[in-house]
Amino acid sequence: MRLAITGLACVGLLAIAQRLYLLGQPLYGVLLLFLATGIAVVFGQRRFLAARFVFPAVAAVLLFIAFPVGYTIWLGFTNYGSFNLLTKERATAVILSTRIVDEASSRPFSLVQEEGASGTPMYRLLFPGTDEQPTLISEHHPLDGSVATLGIILLDTAPPETLPRRDVIKHRKAIENLTIELPDETGELHYASLRTFAATQPEFTRAENGVLESTVDDRVLTADDTRGFYVDGDGKSVAPGWRVPVGLANFKRIITNPGIREPMVGIFIWTLVFACLSTVLTFSLGVALATVLQWRHLAFKRLYRLLLILPYAVPSFISILVFRGLFNQNFGEINLIIETLFGGRPDWFTDPTLARTMVMIVNVWLGYPYMMLLAMGYLQSVPNEHVEAATLDGAGPFKTFMKITLPQIIPAFVPLLIATFAFNFNNIVLILLLTNGAPDIPGTRIPAGSTDILGSFTYRLAFQDSGQQFGLAGAITLLIFIVVGLLAYANLVALRRRGHQP
Amino acid sequence: MMVEDPRSVRLRKWLAHGFLIVFLSIILFPFLMIVSISLRTGNFSTGSLIPSQPTLEHWYLAFGLEYTRDDGTVVPPRFPVLLWMWNSIKVGMVAATGVLFLSTIAAFGFSRLKFRGRLALLDSLLLIQMFPTTLALVAIYAIFDSLGDATPVLGIDSHWALVLVYLSALTLHIWTIKGYFDNLDPALDEAAIIDGATPWQSFRHVLLPLAVPILAVVFVLAFIGFVNDYPIASILIRSETKMTLAVGSRLYLNDFQFFWGDFAAAAILSGLPITVVFLIAQRYLVSGLSEGGVKG
Repeated sequence: MRLAITGLACVGLLAIAQRLYLLGQPLYGVLLLFLATGIAVVFGQRRFLAARFVFPAVAAVLLFIAFPVGYTIWLGFTNYGSFNLLTKERATAVILSTRIVDEASSRPFSLVQEEGASGTPMYRLLFPGTDEQPTLISEHHPLDGSVATLGIILLDTAPPETLPRRDVIKHRKAIENLTIELPDETGELHYASLRTFAATQPEFTRAENGVLESTVDDRVLTADDTRGFYVDGDGKSVAPGWRVPVGLANFKRIITNPGIREPMVGIFIWTLVFACLSTVLTFSLGVALATVLQWRHLAFKRLYRLLLILPYAVPSFISILVFRGLFNQNFGEINLIIETLFGGRPDWFTDPTLARTMVMIVNVWLGYPYMMLLAMGYLQSVPNEHVEAATLDGAGPFKTFMKITLPQIIPAFVPLLIATFAFNFNNIVLILLLTNGAPDIPGTRIPAGSTDILGSFTYRLAFQDSGQQFGLAGAITLLIFIVVGLLAYANLVALRRRGHQP
Repeated sequence: MMVEDPRSVRLRKWLAHGFLIVFLSIILFPFLMIVSISLRTGNFSTGSLIPSQPTLEHWYLAFGLEYTRDDGTVVPPRFPVLLWMWNSIKVGMVAATGVLFLSTIAAFGFSRLKFRGRLALLDSLLLIQMFPTTLALVAIYAIFDSLGDATPVLGIDSHWALVLVYLSALTLHIWTIKGYFDNLDPALDEAAIIDGATPWQSFRHVLLPLAVPILAVVFVLAFIGFVNDYPIASILIRSETKMTLAVGSRLYLNDFQFFWGDFAAAAILSGLPITVVFLIAQRYLVSGLSEGGVKG
């Protein structure tokens, strides 16, 4: 039974692996191969009984954290980006499929809908006649996206009713796959624009030695595998290109290009300041509140505690967006109150210092309850006699706290402070949802904002309107990886020193 | 027993209550505001805490209903909030179930079985836990973009892709459950082993029934973590009908459109259930928290 299931799982995985390999994704194919081998070894042999329990979780972590993080960093050594998204084969295919339109042969068209045999609508292309040309109508086609060559006939009755242009737009993809064969083999018409079909010819053909030759002029494109582009005689590249390893080019760009380097240094410093301040401020506020709440003379403790942890309980993506609205310059409630009390409306989203202040305020609001909850736990473990002894010696409550209580809870807190620092170092949800990096740093080559931290900066490079610079994003990820790696190591050491395996 | 001057204690009590009340009124201000805003007319109106002309327009829209204003104009709902909620719940439930399954089994292995490399593996899981998935966003996008060529089920815009990525968020939960297993008396399952049970049987019939409370808490925490995720969902999900709540909510407030009132109602509608569930679960959370977890 066990062997049957194991075998089935392995065969299934191997089938997918082969499919991926054939699709030109050998890397993922090999990964699945490893996974299948792992399953076969662990579940196939009695010897690895214990590993069977741990294997699935470890495999998930390796597949979806370790591998992607490594892969991201590897992409930092490639030119992967909006101009170099494809493999070489597909980039070549795209260039070979570009066609030049012969304007003289162009004919406007409309779409005609008819009831098909099985109830699904069928369509025909209608080419209205002019003084010189007769009205033509094509054969039926369901416009389901299939590639087809349609014959065409003369229409001698009155033209049928045609569909409005927006239906053409809706079916554009399917219409692009159609070829119209003109009568008497006088040529073919291809989709040329939303309004016209025309005779076209490929712009490039592949020659014997692999270069692409232009059919209209004498341009010759040769593949440049170091840049990942086809280049013509003048060295000009033709899009799209393909992915190639570019070595340290992305890192060089970061270091030598002042339009990238200067904002990045600023962002790096701000990231450290932001993570540091967030940790210190939330810790101080959390411990202070916990101390007040632990005071035995205080009434309504449970109510206070419940209300105080509310910011932690509300989903953060909601509260961050709420603050985005409340801080709005013109009709945000915070500015209304400031205007009534002090006059003037601070522009929270366009002044760098104010924007950073706002980010800090929101992050402290989000983060103090966590520290408070932890501190309440740790404070209980501080022996009361120590505090009482200090009080009897005449120390005030503040001095008692600083000299007796704080030194006793700090050691337990160290790993958590490191973890909080690491979390805030990469707290991209806060930045993306609150300011999205705004305000922009003036004079930069790439979108970089005053409130951007390294993580949100990378995210915006890769996924927002700056042209999917995956390569550059991967290179910056390596920098973040190093910092987080150091923090992770420090955390491990601190945990060991605490003498408490988590 | 410590001797305290009753007068100074009374003074300090007043100070403590005063401080807490002032602090709370600042901290809770956004919650009061958002309720008030959800009842105001229009998306740009400003006003006092208690709206002068309260309207349920934003609430109708949040529930996906059309709203007819007094002057007869009909306002259609702008975004499918309930559909987003359903997407979030669906993805969160499936992923949390998967995570619970994987991490419980692994936690048992780490807690009860002796095998070579156990401690090293535990340490490396602890190290890896510090690396957030957000570090790998570019690769995750690239991977699922190409997997989509093989099968759209695992491509961009697929909930299954999202679930698969979420499955990796389990190191913290392994630690939590392992801690719980470590505190259970080993004599219980050792007795079962002596009676001839396999490790799987002692896990399934002895430890698992005892661990139900902690499993419930881990499930709730994992679920809330997935519902709250923004970065991963924002790169994997593109179309409006597939969006989760965290991704969709952002559409209300951007540089070009600002549906403040509509957002307020939708935020309360979607945020309230999650908040209540979290408040119930957090009681059991503190022990897990002190092990180094930060809510995402």
